[in-house]
Amino acid sequence: MLRPSASSDIRNDIRSTELLVQLLNPDGDRVPDPEFDHWVADVTGEQLRSLYEDMLVVRRIDTEATALQRQGELGLWPPLLGQEAAQIGSARALRADDFVFSSYRENAVAYCRGVQMGQLLAVWRGTALSGWNPFDVGMATPAVIIGAQTLHATGYALGCLQDGVDSVAVAYFGDGATSEGDVSEAMVFAASFQAPVVFFCQNNQWAISEPVALQAHRSIADRAPGFGIPSLRVDGNDVLAVMAATRIALDRARSGGGPTFIEAVTYRMGPHTTSDDPTRYRDPAELERWAAKDPISRLRAYLEHEGLLTEEFEASVKAKTDDVARELRAACLALDPPHALSVFDNVYTSAHSVLERQKSQYAAYLAMFEEVAE
Amino acid sequence: MSIMTYRQALHDTLRAEMLRDQNVFLMGEEIGVFDGSYKITAGLLAEFGEKRVRDTPIAEEGFTGAAIGAAMLGLRPVVEIMTINFSLLALDQIVNHAAKIYGMFGGQAKVPLVIRTPGGGGQQLGATHSQNIELYYAFVPGMKVVAPSTPADAKALLLAAIRDDDPVLFLENLSLYNTKGEVPDDDTPAEIGKAAVTREGRDITLIGYSRMAHVASQVAEQLAASDGLDIEVIDLRSLRPLDRGTLIESVKKTHAAVVLEDDWLTYGIGAEIAATISDGAFDYLDAPVRRVAMAEVPLPYSKPLETAALPSADDVIGAIRQTLDAVGHRRR
Repeated sequence: MLRPSASSDIRNDIRSTELLVQLLNPDGDRVPDPEFDHWVADVTGEQLRSLYEDMLVVRRIDTEATALQRQGELGLWPPLLGQEAAQIGSARALRADDFVFSSYRENAVAYCRGVQMGQLLAVWRGTALSGWNPFDVGMATPAVIIGAQTLHATGYALGCLQDGVDSVAVAYFGDGATSEGDVSEAMVFAASFQAPVVFFCQNNQWAISEPVALQAHRSIADRAPGFGIPSLRVDGNDVLAVMAATRIALDRARSGGGPTFIEAVTYRMGPHTTSDDPTRYRDPAELERWAAKDPISRLRAYLEHEGLLTEEFEASVKAKTDDVARELRAACLALDPPHALSVFDNVYTSAHSVLERQKSQYAAYLAMFEEVAE
Repeated sequence: MSIMTYRQALHDTLRAEMLRDQNVFLMGEEIGVFDGSYKITAGLLAEFGEKRVRDTPIAEEGFTGAAIGAAMLGLRPVVEIMTINFSLLALDQIVNHAAKIYGMFGGQAKVPLVIRTPGGGGQQLGATHSQNIELYYAFVPGMKVVAPSTPADAKALLLAAIRDDDPVLFLENLSLYNTKGEVPDDDTPAEIGKAAVTREGRDITLIGYSRMAHVASQVAEQLAASDGLDIEVIDLRSLRPLDRGTLIESVKKTHAAVVLEDDWLTYGIGAEIAATISDGAFDYLDAPVRRVAMAEVPLPYSKPLETAALPSADDVIGAIRQTLDAVGHRRR
């Protein structure tokens, strides 16, 4: 599992990345790595506990949202079960002025960015077009066309260059997305203009029912060097390795070194969405193998070794996750359906003759029902 | 007021807007060192530098998508797609992203993007390089589509497009780049969504845009001289929003209309115009609205075949005569 140590500086190295960077093995043992260690050397015991709490909170959000969907309160939910370390480790490395362009499964990233519980669910409950204001939290509303957001991130990064700021755009996408032309074009543009963008690929092994082997004949991370982009392949279930890799990429982008590609190797433990049944196409033995590499249990084991897993701490985490679940459910049920006439809003930024005509016709139609009611 | 070409009006307007607003920048293939395939961006790289005039890799989906991201940040990208034919490679970014982000972000992120791109046949560029597919974009809520036919409108509509907070497809036309006309010195933007009655008349309304607005004017002058006909000409200028009011008011006066379009007849823009007139002025019509469009074939490279396929002034005159025959010349 371990990447052999290389003689050159990993930050500038473009090379084969078949092997995996790991700082925390599935048993929770800290694996020393001379090149990556110093990128997380400042992480204190308190911060480790905080990462652990984050991962439990987002797993609870995920569980509760899945339950809400099953109970008919949400139309759909895309669970992130198993990908907590990949999302928390990367999102917690970001600065507030960085900007995230994500796909639809990055609910843990959204949580880290400060998206509120109700905002997280509004789109899935069908009460709003967008759950949150992207500029309040530095994260765009999720893109639902696979891979398209990588180009938006690249363009945003070009804007950062133009403005002379050291903010970084981060594109989250999956293994399936890497087959889309948009992702290749995004890498071409990012490399050509040395745009401060991080391509963060969560290889969760499955694009609905298609295994990653159908998308890539060898490791996805190996593709980026062909575009002239340095690439890192990390254990995506290892929150420390993910954080180290993200910090390397962010540091390079901020200091004018251009884009970095990170492949976080993880596993989608649940279905693609609540509409999917993975037992139809997935070997249960594979699920078991990955369950043994669970991102939360390995950090828990590490905390235990370090004497950080006190009863008091566990109780406080339990209380926190219970609160979050209650808050999530209450926020969901409090989301009111939008007024029918608002269907005409937000198509254009200013008045549009066709829409105004259609809106007034529809308003007159709706008014007929009010007259009947009276 | 100065006399200049359509090309010069576009160039000068881009330059003026870049001087006025630091957020305006250009991206596209060959627009920098090469000055643009049609030389609209000539000299701008030297003047503004490569951060504001970016030669991009050959990837329309790529630079259109990147421009969308930059626009969401607050920049005002003006991308050049070398011809509208290549916009098909950026269809997803235009239709699914540029047009929808404002709505799907709940009105919280604007995409003030301009896509400049020429269309038009008649240049012997063959089937894949001569299409008029602006209706693909005029079909999509969230998009605006404007199509200037004169140097003055090229300026006024480009000013409006760049200053608009919505994504605008700005349709140019290869056959118009060298045409000349008066251009006002002041920088008043046009109102997007307003057609222009470029010639007033009582007998019949001719409706066109871009190159076909010129054909309409020529035919109107020719038939005024030869037949004493009093023809009203409307230059649509904007395909989305469509100026429904101007179309209907004109037909209420003339009671007949012919639509000129450079695209294919079936499902073409003329069908929308005809339907709009039927809807708004049915009782005023003395004859069905006729459409003049190109032959429904991929446009050939061969000059005689290309000429045969494209709509001509004679086709328009034929359609006018047929329409007036149907009216029964009752007014004359």
